[in-house]
Amino acid sequence: MKKYSVFAVAREAMRHHTGWTRAWRDAQPKKRYDVIIIGAGGHGLATAYYLGKNFGITNVAILEKGWLGGGNTGRNTTIIRSNYLQDPSAAIYEKSRSLYETMSQDLNYNVMFSPRGVIMLAQTEHEVRGYKRTAHANALQGVTTEFIGPEKVKSLVPIINIDGPRYPVLGGLWQARGGTARHDAVAWGYARACSDMGMDVIQRCEVTGIRQMGGRVTGVSTNRGDIDCDKLGMVVAGHSGHLADMAGFRLPIESVALQALVSEPIKPCMDVVVMANTVHGYMSQSDKGEMVIGGGTDGYNNYTQRGSFHHIEETVRALIETFPMVSRLKMLRQWGGIVDVTGDRSPILSKTPVDGIFVNCGWGTGGFKAIPGSGWAMAELIAKGQSPLTDAFGLNRFAEGRFIDESVAAGVAH
Amino acid sequence: MLVLTCHACGVTAEETEFHAGGEAHLKRFGPGSSETDFEGYLFMRDNPKGVHFERWRHVYGCGKWFHVARDTMTLEVFGSYSAQTYTPPDDLIAQIEDKRPDWTRKAATA
Repeated sequence: MKKYSVFAVAREAMRHHTGWTRAWRDAQPKKRYDVIIIGAGGHGLATAYYLGKNFGITNVAILEKGWLGGGNTGRNTTIIRSNYLQDPSAAIYEKSRSLYETMSQDLNYNVMFSPRGVIMLAQTEHEVRGYKRTAHANALQGVTTEFIGPEKVKSLVPIINIDGPRYPVLGGLWQARGGTARHDAVAWGYARACSDMGMDVIQRCEVTGIRQMGGRVTGVSTNRGDIDCDKLGMVVAGHSGHLADMAGFRLPIESVALQALVSEPIKPCMDVVVMANTVHGYMSQSDKGEMVIGGGTDGYNNYTQRGSFHHIEETVRALIETFPMVSRLKMLRQWGGIVDVTGDRSPILSKTPVDGIFVNCGWGTGGFKAIPGSGWAMAELIAKGQSPLTDAFGLNRFAEGRFIDESVAAGVAH
Repeated sequence: MLVLTCHACGVTAEETEFHAGGEAHLKRFGPGSSETDFEGYLFMRDNPKGVHFERWRHVYGCGKWFHVARDTMTLEVFGSYSAQTYTPPDDLIAQIEDKRPDWTRKAATA
């Protein structure tokens, strides 16, 4: 792998950029791997990367039915924060956020992490109390957040209307170290690093069956032939239920479509991320100047990757109330992704009823921020069979009633 | 946008008039059941990619619950039927089998 640096750019500039090579190899599947990861999205690639980096396991294949990062990794609103209420959530999301800070250097790939700060608006008395509670919990967890008043919100976000007729801004939960990153670059950076360690990133390779013998996984069948493995990691978000069905177990997951949209590019007007959970909308401005807007999920099971139109109406209506200037913007694009939602809105990182199969899913509507932390924890789980970060997120928590109840803490924009 | 027909009152309307209630025909396990059965009833879902039987409520209408058979890939609605049933009606299953030759209805799971 060629190291990317200012000297590389200068050298290539001298020879008309003829020396750049592929960032990752277009690998063909081998007969056998130590570990197969299904799903080359952010979480799958991060899992493979930390398997190699932290545990020296490099005989790894990452199988992807479509193209790299073409699922939810490329469909989210790129928000990174760790202001969760429950201890296990705060631990894994804060690990993740801290890994984002050094990711560009670590991967030698610019993921454009921008710790611009995230505000979650409190627009009802209940939210004020809820967020104060979260701020106190975060203080105990070692996550730096702060409850701020409406004047501070206005000074951070001049375009906001804090005297809204229906939902005036009463304050906000401010995480100064949160922010955004370039989502595609995260997938590409991990893929490049994995490929460099000798791992095979295999695109257009769809898993059609999971082979087992005596309650233990032996490999997978794909549209490019059978591949053997010792351990199998399923990291496929919305399609987890579909894969679990192949392996013969069920998951407490339902898949729904979550949408986002972007406006036409405008001059810089907002340099933080604002989430308004009561009125169902969140917004940030991309480096291109587009306002990136997150919407709501459909209420029904759905694999369509588009979502219902009335959710866009609701989101835009809410944002116009909070940000009156948005009413003059044209919307450019809208898209949807299939998110895997669990009953308690917390992820599942767990062993499964089949020996050797590990599952990482259920990140629901907030998986992007968790990519490095999830990969870090999942790699430890696969390598050692146990990880302090994943202990609380086991599949057994549903039977045992140990929910990590974040649906209340996080509101809609989880 | 989904267009559904309420089986209870016969009104055909857009999805905003209804509220989705998740997987249909779950067998209820209560006190005295095994923990696995109870967990299955409360949390485990088939979440199929394709034909899905589900519960809907006509919230901004007659307020009644009913069942819908729908494809989660294409959003095609195969039909509505009464909430007072344990299995989908045979003619609806025959109609779905006709349209989706690869599909077989799973036996009711725990």
